[in-house]
Amino acid sequence: MVKAIGLGSAEELFDSIPQDLRLQRPLNTPAALSEIELLDRFEQMGARNAGARRVSFKGAGAYSHYIPTIVDHILTRSEFFTAYTPYQPEISQGTLQTIFEFQTLVCQLTGMEVANASMYDGSTGLAEAVLMAERVTRRSKVIASSAAHPQYLEVVRTYVQHAGIHLELAPFDEQTGQSARGLAEAIDDSTAALVVQSPNFFGCIEDLQALADAAHAKGALLVVTITEAMSLGLLKSPGACGADIVVAEGQSFGVPLSFGGPYVGLFATREKYARQIPGRLVGEAYDKKGNRGFVLTLATREQHIRREKATSNICTNEGLIALAATVYLETMGRRGVQEAAKQSAQKAAYTARAIAGVKGYSLPFTGPFFNEFVVRGPHKAIDLLARLGNEKGIDGGIALSRFMPDRPNDFLVCVTETNSRRQIEALIDALGTIQVP
Amino acid sequence: MTTAITKVTSHISPNEQLIFERSQTGRIGYRLPALDVDEVELNIPAEFRRDDDLEGMPEVSEVDVIRHFIRMSTWNYSIDLGMYPLGSCTMKYNSRLNERVARIAGFANLHPLTDEQDAQGALEVIYELQEHLAEITGLPGISLQPAAGAHGEMTGIMIIRAFLDQRDGAAASHRRTMLIPDSAHGTNPASAHLSGFSVKTIRSTAEGLTDLDHLRELCAHGEVAGLMLTNPNTLGLFETNIKQICDIVHEAGGLVYMDGANMNALVGVARPGDMGVDVIHLNLHKTFSTPHGGGGPGCGPCCCTKELESFLPVPRIVKSSDSTFRLDYDQPQSIGRVKAFLGNYGMMLRALAYTLTHGNDGLREATEAAVLNARYIAAGLVQDYDKPFAGSPMHEVVFTDKRQSRKGVHTLDIAKRLIDYGFHPMTIYFPLIVQGAMLIEPTESVGRQELDQFIAAMRSIASEAVENPELVLNAPHNTRIGRLDEAAAARKPALRWKNETVTSAPEPQPSTAQAV
Repeated sequence: MVKAIGLGSAEELFDSIPQDLRLQRPLNTPAALSEIELLDRFEQMGARNAGARRVSFKGAGAYSHYIPTIVDHILTRSEFFTAYTPYQPEISQGTLQTIFEFQTLVCQLTGMEVANASMYDGSTGLAEAVLMAERVTRRSKVIASSAAHPQYLEVVRTYVQHAGIHLELAPFDEQTGQSARGLAEAIDDSTAALVVQSPNFFGCIEDLQALADAAHAKGALLVVTITEAMSLGLLKSPGACGADIVVAEGQSFGVPLSFGGPYVGLFATREKYARQIPGRLVGEAYDKKGNRGFVLTLATREQHIRREKATSNICTNEGLIALAATVYLETMGRRGVQEAAKQSAQKAAYTARAIAGVKGYSLPFTGPFFNEFVVRGPHKAIDLLARLGNEKGIDGGIALSRFMPDRPNDFLVCVTETNSRRQIEALIDALGTIQVP
Repeated sequence: MTTAITKVTSHISPNEQLIFERSQTGRIGYRLPALDVDEVELNIPAEFRRDDDLEGMPEVSEVDVIRHFIRMSTWNYSIDLGMYPLGSCTMKYNSRLNERVARIAGFANLHPLTDEQDAQGALEVIYELQEHLAEITGLPGISLQPAAGAHGEMTGIMIIRAFLDQRDGAAASHRRTMLIPDSAHGTNPASAHLSGFSVKTIRSTAEGLTDLDHLRELCAHGEVAGLMLTNPNTLGLFETNIKQICDIVHEAGGLVYMDGANMNALVGVARPGDMGVDVIHLNLHKTFSTPHGGGGPGCGPCCCTKELESFLPVPRIVKSSDSTFRLDYDQPQSIGRVKAFLGNYGMMLRALAYTLTHGNDGLREATEAAVLNARYIAAGLVQDYDKPFAGSPMHEVVFTDKRQSRKGVHTLDIAKRLIDYGFHPMTIYFPLIVQGAMLIEPTESVGRQELDQFIAAMRSIASEAVENPELVLNAPHNTRIGRLDEAAAARKPALRWKNETVTSAPEPQPSTAQAV
């Protein structure tokens, strides 16, 4: 082939690269491994992740839920996972129709009117929602509840640092674990949005209706973010409570933990803001014969046309993970999502009550919760949880001191439908007997 | 004519409904274990609970779901079906082995907030991949946190901004112009804008390279924060003057950002760090073969010089003196976090597996094959299509519809006709500076036989454009649906299914499909 195009050697392919810029040696990366060797290496590295083998009560933005077998089966269909962004609709209808269904499911769950084709994850989706609120209102102040996921707030801070947006953190109520009542008073005529998470980082459910009313009274938007999307199976949708933009992490819907990604951001809003949405949108279209199909639409919002005036710089999103969420939601369906949500809430309530009965343990917050709650223990949570893991093989939750140094003894416990009664009893027994020197 | 056509897909059910239209009240496709704890009255007030009973959500069986998706899957073109020569997208083969690696329980079941000592293997994967990417790019500072190319761009540009603010103090506020060539990806100006820069466009020369005189002129204004350059550029040409370009920008006090979308032309052959580039993003979902999945997930590592390293996002993944791996948050100059947790970890596993299965020689061999394939297509089509730039292309080549458009056949028509021949079309109408652009990137994942078939199909379309233009103008002929009216879809967007009685199709209209 080299000869067929008139060259003498493969090296001549690179003649347009000046000689002194060419690498004159082999790359200093390892020699090729066979399949057997490669799997062996990765199996060994995988085995050094003790955390993956334990009974777990960890949540805080990534949740262990049941994943029907068919989710991964459909995900690994070549036609889905080796396709690109559906630029050519005639040969991309599988992807396009799936995204249209995904957008519909996101709207149904969040109670909103329009949803996009996905964001990278919940945290970046929230940052995009804040930028969108500024565009919609042309106001520059954003008030965020400090009971939102600390890492989400960090991401928002990074995104807005050069966008002329002033981010203000509002305190939470030490008693209830919900956003403080004073939050409403901080909203003024320069406020673009009020940002709250519900259930919040502590697992407590916020009074979204009241927060929406407070925001709207001053002409601000209510942006609701959700890290545990399964809660939507039980809790009133943010849309029904008056939210203007809803962003959720969709990992709970059929996506493995996978050490933090890839996950999928769900992004939904009111129809009147459709042209301000970041990212891809799929809409219905017809061919000349009147056949229904689907296309990428409202592209004039996007970077490949609007360049620096685009609603976002996002291009690649999380198409395959959106497919996983779609397959999950359709397989579990209306009743399955409700049941998984109900079982999670019931098991969490049972666990919370039992832990509160163990000597030395209490629940510091009184606010209603879905499937996560804060426990205050008799020892430093970091030490307690390490012992629990090493001695009992139970991952008992997440020490809040990792994010909030002023809460040394508090830890966040999450219970889902995958935690059996036996696992829960083992946790409770272990908490009662564990000794921390 | 019809005998030459390879049909892409066929199916007994060309009109699979939406799942919502298949839904039957009371049907279920799942089973959970019975609740094994005593049911209690939850402390959730009634006004906080859903009262719509999730009306409208699908109620279907497992086999309904399987048939639904398998039928829809047959409407997609995919790499596994054939050549997917989308320029700038690098649609190479996605190894099944890498999929298996990503599903190893020790990684797949690992919670992102696992304590460091219980996730040493997972952190080692990140650290090792960082080391390899540093060697490949010649840039030692790496963060794998960004989730996609545009996200890596934003990260890189914010790093430039943080560096300038630190170096120049208050004076940095006068340095807010980002230079971007007119041939750049649209994400470049959008990312620059997100970081608070205004954009000035640099012209390309008639040869398709950056206009050095124009660059000097723009740099003379003294407000230049940096340059965002794709290399090889989006015309598939290596910026031969890259060193000089970097010197000009550096002398003006700015930094050079390289869009690494086209790294598939350089791996093992040349390194951005050796060219004078300060910061670059990679697309693991292009160059390192992680699947595109119908539009993601991606992973867009940001790689930079030692000088810029302290500005990378937190946490950094570092190796301690006792050879354990840990997360380092103590980086006061960092731009901050750009994503929750540690990024799209599953993509990192696949990219490391790609690097290790190829080995150092295999990585270079892939680059050679990718460039050779593009060069072979360039040679094969130059008789029939207008090639606007004489320079030798690297891993992708741009042609135009100049000759065919005389007969009223345009790039979009050629692309649609290519579907009838069993190929996914190339990238069309990009880069914007080339009228009727067709950007073809075969990657290393095709052999000579398939390249010959592609060239034959393109040449056949060129003859059809002369002899029977209608055939091309009305393509595709063999797909489940014809060209969709995208303009009508945008005018009155229907972005979700609604529970209404039959939506009637609008009156047939002439197609006004838009460019990609």
